[in-house]
Amino acid sequence: MSKFQFPPSISSRPVYGTLEPRPGKAHLMIADAEGAEALLDLAASDAALFANAHIIYIPKDTGETYVERLRALGPAQFYVGPSYAASVQRIRRVLSDAHMGLQVYLAGTEGLMGQAQNEAMQAGIPHGAIQTEHRGSVARRMQCVHCKGITEDVTTDPFVCSHCGLNLFVRDHYSRRLAAFQGVCIDAEDPGNVPEPVELYK
Amino acid sequence: MTIQFNTETFRDDYSFRNSDWAIKRFPFPFHEDSYMYSVNMEQHRGGPAGSVYEKRFDVDEHYVSEMADRAIVLAEDPLRCQSLPHMTLAGWDTLELIMVSKSEDYPDLFELHRDGDRWRWINKPMGIDHTFTFLDETTLPCGPLEYITRQAQGDYAVLDQRGDMLYMDAGMVTTQADWSLDFDIGMDFFEWHAPVPLAHEMGIFKRALKFLLNIQQGAPARRLNWTMTVNPLLDTSPENYHKWGVQKTTLTPENIGAKQHLRVELQTFYRLPRSNALLFPIRCYLIAFQDLVTVPKWGRRLHRVVRDLPEELATYKGFIANRPLMLDYLSRYDDGLPTSPGIWPDLETEPPLQT
Repeated sequence: MSKFQFPPSISSRPVYGTLEPRPGKAHLMIADAEGAEALLDLAASDAALFANAHIIYIPKDTGETYVERLRALGPAQFYVGPSYAASVQRIRRVLSDAHMGLQVYLAGTEGLMGQAQNEAMQAGIPHGAIQTEHRGSVARRMQCVHCKGITEDVTTDPFVCSHCGLNLFVRDHYSRRLAAFQGVCIDAEDPGNVPEPVELYK
Repeated sequence: MTIQFNTETFRDDYSFRNSDWAIKRFPFPFHEDSYMYSVNMEQHRGGPAGSVYEKRFDVDEHYVSEMADRAIVLAEDPLRCQSLPHMTLAGWDTLELIMVSKSEDYPDLFELHRDGDRWRWINKPMGIDHTFTFLDETTLPCGPLEYITRQAQGDYAVLDQRGDMLYMDAGMVTTQADWSLDFDIGMDFFEWHAPVPLAHEMGIFKRALKFLLNIQQGAPARRLNWTMTVNPLLDTSPENYHKWGVQKTTLTPENIGAKQHLRVELQTFYRLPRSNALLFPIRCYLIAFQDLVTVPKWGRRLHRVVRDLPEELATYKGFIANRPLMLDYLSRYDDGLPTSPGIWPDLETEPPLQT
């Protein structure tokens, strides 16, 4: 699957790179869905990394597509979770047990990477030291600035807040602390005048 | 002079009014007949007697009512005041700076009596007489930043400085021009300014950051910024935009003079002594168009600025849809005469409106 090139944007919008092997005592790899492909590519450039790797993988709608291939990389620990929410306690535990020399690799959707990056930052790892690679869906994790509710996997602009029901437009302004983009009421100055939703980046 | 504090509202019936005194001392933000972004910094070391520049933290006739409005906002949304855990010391720095400045600059209104770390603070306009222990949070009803900024007009961003960067790590934000502290807290200087158009490309923020990083203790700086607000609404927050946005559509040729307000921010910058943080007070002043045009120079100039402002800026400042209506109104106060340089009203020297 080819990688999506995000258009240039404002400076609060995250940018993602390509995972590369870095020397470390331990390697924490967190990925969802097609993010598995980034880990497989990483293994292709340095398979030895995985002897000290802990993979936390959330397949989402890819099901079993990547699970056995990831297991075949021989990670020291391998966890397949049903959702990010289900895995977050494990992520916190791993980060709280971590020592100097841990490398963190995040791959997959923006929502997954943002939330996992936030956990790593709270554990004291500077965000610039965390590697990220976007793969798969370009859906966004949005916070409604009005009710503060989070709507996951937003793929259109505008969209309806899943909590308060307001019609929100999708901003590129991004908060690492909230791991979310900002959604703002689109028809505040002309109630009811809501443009047809269009797919993001289309 | 003794200030007569207004009893007025910034919501619902909008009873906010500026007295003649407040109009004459309004911080008109345009020093010439056009506007473009600039790093328009100057030292904050007083100014003409009676002007908003004179004192370190200006107190005016709106003080008591503005603090009542802040209390309403905080009751509805406590997240308008936040402080990341490492910013408590900067909160104490802020409390000290404001208490010392106000008690020295307005001795008839505020008193600070210090006996070691035992401090007694008297705020006469708000009826507060409180003794507490400096640097002991348990002796205040809330955190030090919230405590003192519930008693000081304007918003307060407290910026931590690490590795040649400023971070928005604490603040009290209830009178903002449409930005969210809750969303932006923790961001670096470029990130929280990310949504501002044009200025990044112009290098404005790089130069501004360089200037701010070098602000020293005892040498505060200031600048003016501006936008437009329909109705004298202090809380133009993104949080409540779905409620107030529609008010922009209520302008008519008949009510625009009373309803349309120029909103000016007096931004000041103070280096804090213990935390080395940068305190960034953002004081909001509102003036109705009909009051502003009573100063002939300002009426002439505002028309020209609004008329010639690039479309991108008028959009960003949120008045592109109302610009034609504003120009119809303002053009009546522009007779084409030249204007004197600088922001001051120059009432004695500028000619009255020629009709």
